[in-house]
Amino acid sequence: MTDGGYGPVRRKEDARFIRGKGTFVDDIQLPGMLHGAILRSPLAHARIVSIDTTAAEGHPKVNAVITGQMLEDRKLAWMPTLSRDIQAVLATDKVRFQGQEVAFVVAEDRYSARDALELISVEYEPLPVVIDATKALDPGAPVIRDDLEGKQDNHVFDWAAGDKVATDAIFAAADVVVAQDMLYPRSHPAPLETCGTVADMDTVSGKLTVWSTSQAPHAHRTLYAMITGFPEHKIRIVSPDIGGGFGNKVPIYPGYICAVVGSIVTGRPVKWVEDRSENLMSTSFARDYHMHGEIAATKDGRILGLRARVLADHGAFNGAAQPSKFPAGFFHIFTGSYDLRAAHCEVTGVYTNKAPGGVAYACSFRVTEAVYLVERLVDVLALELEMDPAELRLKNLLRPEQFPYTTPTGWEYDSGDYAHTLKVALDIAGYADLRREQAEKRERGECMGIGLSFFTEGVGAGPRKHMDILGLGMADGADLRVYPTGKAVLAISVQTQGQGHETTFAQIVAQELGISPDDVEVVHGDTDRTPFGLGTYGSRSTPVSGAATAIVARKVRERARIVAAAMLEASADDLEWDNGRWQVRGDPEQGRNIAEIAMAAHSSLELPEGVEGHLDAETVYNPPSLTHPYGAYICVADVDPGTGQVSVRRFIAVDDCGVRINPMIVEGQVHGGLADGIGMALMQVIAFDEDGNCLGGSFMDYLLPTSVECPSWELGETVTPCPHHPIGAKGVGESATVGSPPTVVNAVMDALKPYGVRHADMPLTPANVWSAIQGHCLRTDLAIT
Amino acid sequence: MRISVNVNGTEYSREVEPRLLLIHFLRDDLRLTGSHWGCDTSNCGACVVWLDDTPVKSCTVLSAMADGHRVRTVEGLERDGVLDPVQQGFAECHGLQCGFCTPGMMLTARWLLDHNPDPSPAQIREALSGQICRCTGYENIVRSVLWASEHGASDHRANDHQAGDHGESA
Repeated sequence: MTDGGYGPVRRKEDARFIRGKGTFVDDIQLPGMLHGAILRSPLAHARIVSIDTTAAEGHPKVNAVITGQMLEDRKLAWMPTLSRDIQAVLATDKVRFQGQEVAFVVAEDRYSARDALELISVEYEPLPVVIDATKALDPGAPVIRDDLEGKQDNHVFDWAAGDKVATDAIFAAADVVVAQDMLYPRSHPAPLETCGTVADMDTVSGKLTVWSTSQAPHAHRTLYAMITGFPEHKIRIVSPDIGGGFGNKVPIYPGYICAVVGSIVTGRPVKWVEDRSENLMSTSFARDYHMHGEIAATKDGRILGLRARVLADHGAFNGAAQPSKFPAGFFHIFTGSYDLRAAHCEVTGVYTNKAPGGVAYACSFRVTEAVYLVERLVDVLALELEMDPAELRLKNLLRPEQFPYTTPTGWEYDSGDYAHTLKVALDIAGYADLRREQAEKRERGECMGIGLSFFTEGVGAGPRKHMDILGLGMADGADLRVYPTGKAVLAISVQTQGQGHETTFAQIVAQELGISPDDVEVVHGDTDRTPFGLGTYGSRSTPVSGAATAIVARKVRERARIVAAAMLEASADDLEWDNGRWQVRGDPEQGRNIAEIAMAAHSSLELPEGVEGHLDAETVYNPPSLTHPYGAYICVADVDPGTGQVSVRRFIAVDDCGVRINPMIVEGQVHGGLADGIGMALMQVIAFDEDGNCLGGSFMDYLLPTSVECPSWELGETVTPCPHHPIGAKGVGESATVGSPPTVVNAVMDALKPYGVRHADMPLTPANVWSAIQGHCLRTDLAIT
Repeated sequence: MRISVNVNGTEYSREVEPRLLLIHFLRDDLRLTGSHWGCDTSNCGACVVWLDDTPVKSCTVLSAMADGHRVRTVEGLERDGVLDPVQQGFAECHGLQCGFCTPGMMLTARWLLDHNPDPSPAQIREALSGQICRCTGYENIVRSVLWASEHGASDHRANDHQAGDHGESA
């Protein structure tokens, strides 16, 4: 292969996975390794009166029992969250959600560690709970975070974007104003591999090695240094094969810190791997946005303005992972893909007695909630105006000549041809025929729905001057070394959890250097072997590290040009890059490919003054702006009005993620996100009862879509290269998770139109749909009582 | 208690706690880490292996129940250095992303193809419906199994994988 690294190249990663030879965290077995287990609170809110660990310490296979008090003595009882709050590692004063970490046992094997948990006696004094987010700010509500000095309520933050005065004026003068309350319920990313860690403190060298389920190993290393006080260069984070992340593996969890302390205390490696209930009940949840949206329009369907008020449930500790300046993430991209005059949103965050977190789950920093809000509102408006939802969207989508376009809330979209993409989707769907079929079925009393949505994301965070996490700018490095025989090793700061970086990033280098992807090894996930960077989440790997990779490869190519010039005894200015070679302009016979140049670069060839030998380069990429992938989705669903059962018959997804490096991998990413849409719209919710008991603590309660709930996806594509990205790519990892839930909900609401149903909240379970048909909607975040 | 289990054609004899789960016996005692643990409740299927000739969720099977029986894991799919067509299909059709569900998916697919060499997409979906994949949306898993059915999967029936009676090496 001389050029053309892009294409549906089969994945390098698969060779080990299809043989069962991957190395996940729980596969790591070190000599002398011990096992940890966490004792968790059965109560959602309670004062800890006493903890008695005597019996557990007497267990013959127990090596250590660690409590919050012991951590406090080491100043490790609390750790910073990614949102500059603090979170208890092990509870000292109170427990604040069911499943909170109370004590940590280290034992010879995983079964003994669990046994010993039963021997710990904790006396709790139960406290009243705050479970309904809408009541968290009521006067007299129990104060959850009395650990924060002077804290008298459950308020976390207020945040607003847009022009309130202008927006209110637009609304006051508009022909039509439609409002809708909607809940994006609490869900959980639930990667199939739970979170875990193996911590190994080498007491001789003072080096701490942590194998961990981490989407951001470098950021984790800095955090461990901040939390533990260890010097950062004495910490090595290794993120081996990761069994899915989806945002769940961005934060640092108490179990990781406990394993580190366990290793320090025992002098032996300690493994801690959570079980599924621990994963669902205690690690980063997602969504939990109570939204009130309003849309203003002319009576002929020209959308004029949007406004929204949001109550954000952040659980007991504000552990949201997002750029510091944006406590509601990128929710203010809620104007979506439409040409509006004004918009304004307000978000208030509250504490409740629920698990901490607040962003995770492939949401592109709350773009998911934003897209859901606007796409539901547009459908509600279509219903009000008795317009076809496709026609209403086509009338209001941004037009190509409007780009670059600054939204009323300050986002600059760089490029797009939205109407074209929607038309491609409508064509694949056979939209007119579907509407005819629907009309015929309605005549017969059958419930068929056709749902549309159009989304624009802002991903690839992000520009340093606007975006940081805990003070760390969101840039990523890349190192590229081409060895004498022309084989290359690329080291990157982002980490794959299934996205196929080992393949895609090799393809980028291959494309730039005219070599085969097989000749490029990608190193990632080990802080001792890779350059600093903030990791994989928010669809940022290709927009940020993909750009870094292209740029570092181009640096190598420029260095190769100088070497080639010396080899050809020509001026570098007279060379041109063509077909994988530097060659003399006008004399293509005189040329050298990268392998030839690499050998020369490492040889005794005399190079011009000031030119170093070898063929290496490094770079740090600071994104000048976000990228803006977009897409048009259509869902066809059938509803059984007798049972409320929803069946998704077809799903059409047309994505524009710019240039596709590996179309096979892109389509796989989209497929997975579409299944998320089925799950979130129809099945997935983490609800709580009035005492704060988590009702989604296992896969028997937290239902995920299987092969029979998912249709055979129908994909299309349009390609509008990102103008400011070195290879025109935009990122795609979360597009379908963002775009698909409103599509499914819109389809179900469309099916229920004959019943006068305008809105029902996710998940649209049979009980929920049936209730909506009967005229009353359920609060899906609370137990049905 | 002492149990003897034939795993992928090799006899293993071990002293185990009676409560030890089969998935932990395979992973921790035998160091066959290709089978994964994902949920504890038989919902996700990351732990699917064959017990004799039937796929089971090894997170809810006691290792003692495998005493005197045959177990087949992902490590036993490849034979004599030749990949099973199911394995090839998953690689060809991008049937995996993070790879965590893949061993269980492949073992169920292998069982399906042994009993139905030419399954329809609907039959494949039905066969895999007790297992969860969080990455692929299932589409490419279905294609992978179809690929295997079209590329000699029926020639790789698993009839003799467990026949070997050689003892544990080393």
